[in-house]
Amino acid sequence: MKHVDEYRDRALIEPLAAELQRAVSKPVRLMEICGTHTMAIFRSGIRSILPAGMEIVSGPGCPVCVTSAAHMDAFISLADAPGVRLAIFGDLFRVPGSNGSLAHASSRGAKVEIVYSSMDALDIASRHPDDLVIFLGVGFETTTPGIAATILAAQRQKIDNFCVFSTHKVIPEALDVLLQDPELQINALLCPGHVSAIIGAAAYQPFVDRYHLACVVAGFEPADLLNGLIRLARQIGEDRPTVDNIYPRVVSWEGNHRALAMVDEVFEATDTQWRGLGVIPGSGLKIRERYRDFDAEQRLAIVVTDVPEPKGCLCGQILKGQTIPPRCPLFGSRCTPASPVGPCMVSSEGTCAAYYKYGETG
Amino acid sequence: MCLAVPMKVEQVEGSPDDFTSEQLATVNMDGISRKVRLDVVDRWPEVGDYVIVHAGFAIHSLVEEEAKRNIELIRELASHMPEEMLQGGDGS
Repeated sequence: MKHVDEYRDRALIEPLAAELQRAVSKPVRLMEICGTHTMAIFRSGIRSILPAGMEIVSGPGCPVCVTSAAHMDAFISLADAPGVRLAIFGDLFRVPGSNGSLAHASSRGAKVEIVYSSMDALDIASRHPDDLVIFLGVGFETTTPGIAATILAAQRQKIDNFCVFSTHKVIPEALDVLLQDPELQINALLCPGHVSAIIGAAAYQPFVDRYHLACVVAGFEPADLLNGLIRLARQIGEDRPTVDNIYPRVVSWEGNHRALAMVDEVFEATDTQWRGLGVIPGSGLKIRERYRDFDAEQRLAIVVTDVPEPKGCLCGQILKGQTIPPRCPLFGSRCTPASPVGPCMVSSEGTCAAYYKYGETG
Repeated sequence: MCLAVPMKVEQVEGSPDDFTSEQLATVNMDGISRKVRLDVVDRWPEVGDYVIVHAGFAIHSLVEEEAKRNIELIRELASHMPEEMLQGGDGS
């Protein structure tokens, strides 16, 4: 599609990059909360041309990274349960728990299958009627509608050896907790592109009203990102915070009603634990009672017990934007992509993985 | 990981209100065709439209014109720059 190339066109990028240098008139400390933004910003090289006075920190935008150590341990012990076959997104495979990872479990005979889509888990369930196939639900608003659709499809197709262990999370509640933290000190938010496609740009208006936060919803191409940074700098320079949606080709003000209705049909809000942020009221999604047959926690009476974070790992602080990976004593020595200690080094969209891959040492 | 590149719709199966049949689109990106689910797409796509896909599900459909309008908005932002800078080199 021609327009994708246009967003990477040097003839457009150069003037935008020049404009960014002029746009920053007051200090901008912005947070992005989307793993794809984390990677896109690194890949585009924008960090190397950031004007003085502009700082970008990564927040809790990587779903695997914010999955608590307690949930990871519960996942891994499920893998070892007899008659269970796990279906997971690939990023989860190598995340360490207190005692090994799903990859380790797999190497000792546990049935763990990596899927591209949750619908693939239904095919697996049909092929293995004697196993209970459990999809490990990890993800934000972009992922949850598909999981809801998969549960509805399982019900329609009467696939009864399939269920979901939902640790799904929603972004606005976590953002609210972060913004109440006096240590954070951010004045601008690069709103996540595809989470916003579902929840709508309107979801950020309360943060403008409550915290005087400059908000821009942006896409992932270099022109989108530069445009986003310019708009945030201008909002702060003029002291006029607002929600500016510069990704209208994908994001509407009100969001995706069809997807939201499907999520609401299957899920309800619950309190859930985030790595680094603790338990946040109403920030999780659990499967409604009427779909309890598809709820792994109900079916197997799973108990999630609190466990400490890996010793020395600063993932929790990194996810809150309180520190950066090179300041972690484990970064690049004890903790590398080949031998990760924390999830932020494992996930392809983790902040530590991004710093490591792009050679940023602080 | 969000896949940001829109994929072109080549074929549509099912209908938006009938959840008893498969709701699928065949999409193409860089010459590779694949099937994606349309269960949660915001607007039912026509052949020739584009969809944004996440983990096998189309989450948004757009027509070429919407994409064009968006790039125009960005061009406007950069438009106070000399014309020759904006129009030099065809990177597409």
